[in-house]
Amino acid sequence: MRRARVAYSGAIHEATPAAGDAIRLADGRVVAESDVVWLPPFEVGTVIALGLNYADHAKELSFQAQEEPLVFLKGPATLLGHRGATRRPADATFMHYECELAVVIGKPARRVARADAMAHVAGYTIANDYAVRDYLENWYRPNLRVKSRDAATVLGPWLVDADEVEAPPQRALRTFVNGRQTQSGHTRDLVFDIAFLIEYLSAFMTLAPGDVILTGTPEGVVDVLVGDDVACEIEGLGRLVNRIVGDDVYGRSGRDASEDQRRTVA
Amino acid sequence: MPSSPFAPRSGPRVDVAPFRLSGTVVAALLNHRRSLDALGDAVHAAPYRGAPKAVVLAMKPRGALVLPGEPLLADDDAGELEVAAALGVVIGRTACAVAEADALAHVAGYLVVADATVPHASHFRPQIRAMARDGSCALGAAVVARGDVGDPDALTLRTFVDGRLLATTSTADHLRSTARLIAEISDFMTLAPGDVLLTGSAPGAPRVHAGARVAVEIEGVGRLETQVAREERSAA
Repeated sequence: MRRARVAYSGAIHEATPAAGDAIRLADGRVVAESDVVWLPPFEVGTVIALGLNYADHAKELSFQAQEEPLVFLKGPATLLGHRGATRRPADATFMHYECELAVVIGKPARRVARADAMAHVAGYTIANDYAVRDYLENWYRPNLRVKSRDAATVLGPWLVDADEVEAPPQRALRTFVNGRQTQSGHTRDLVFDIAFLIEYLSAFMTLAPGDVILTGTPEGVVDVLVGDDVACEIEGLGRLVNRIVGDDVYGRSGRDASEDQRRTVA
Repeated sequence: MPSSPFAPRSGPRVDVAPFRLSGTVVAALLNHRRSLDALGDAVHAAPYRGAPKAVVLAMKPRGALVLPGEPLLADDDAGELEVAAALGVVIGRTACAVAEADALAHVAGYLVVADATVPHASHFRPQIRAMARDGSCALGAAVVARGDVGDPDALTLRTFVDGRLLATTSTADHLRSTARLIAEISDFMTLAPGDVLLTGSAPGAPRVHAGARVAVEIEGVGRLETQVAREERSAA
């Protein structure tokens, strides 16, 4: 089964696929997918993200793969649904998407052994985990100004139940910018696989239903500009579409608070 | 599937009179004047190559939160813990791209926080195994309204272990003021009502083991008392 959460006609609904470009709301209405507002497909708890978890991407960014996974947490304001807009700050010179397999936890996981780990997975969705590389600094890298920006972590469109997907998932990932393919990879190339990550994380932090692990991105990240349409695909899971918008939409000048800080404190 | 991901959130109910917290807790790192001093010349060498320019942050996951009456957790993996006193700023109004001059108007109040981390030497990579552990971030039992606290950037924090005063710090020693933090953070990350911002802690906080009694006092905000308990090893 695959499910979405959408807003339609004044309420939030669970939805399932219908024929063509339509979706079926839980109350029986069948509506065009372009007539709803897509939300992240489940109520998201803690957002756990991996860096440098594909050997090719780590090489692309001039890093050696880690002995221990590079893991960071993101805040709730960064979440965004399918077909949403993500702001590119005017001072950015390199902002890129990251197409990732997202693993959704279905039952509490505390000190779970690798052999039991996959039983804690509710399902999978697609994540587009944007980063603004200009803001990278070498302190707790990558920090939240790079990776936990408002509306810059796109999830969806569907939560696909784990029982519909082989364990672990063996799926191709692709990203298209304005219809041109820019990224290609395969989940078999994860440095730290899903079962390892659940074992590793649950050794010190209990994973709860709704927590989500963004497993990292392969090589092929390129700069995206205002007006670009970005589509992340994972074989059999769907196509997650998103648009880049500028500061003007938000009434911003493009110069952010940290610019003042650079002059006054550091 | 045993548990629907569409079920209501299973996170902790965080009722801290008179507010309900959202459960989102974000901590400002390296915001005490001594944080970088402690590293000496290493600040300018690899891998850091200079002091941080922007605010440095870490999120606390739901499982890290210790509610009033519960213990901080230690286990054999963690060994010794550093327990730092921190001022928790409770957001009262949605803060998105707020100016520094308007920032404190978005604060509902303040609470006492005791933040336990595993001592770690490197600040290069995120350190969630040291900083996001289950039962590591204790929140005080009450939020004191902003108007009753005065200047949040001139508060003394005291940490007691087994009744002995082991650390005295002040928010006056923070590199970024409370208002400055809210302005910089909300530029890229909207803060919502009930979110808690930890404004910083001094390096070299007291170290504790299981069994220790910990108390943190912040003048005008209150006193938090907890214990460090040894965590059971059994799997869930």
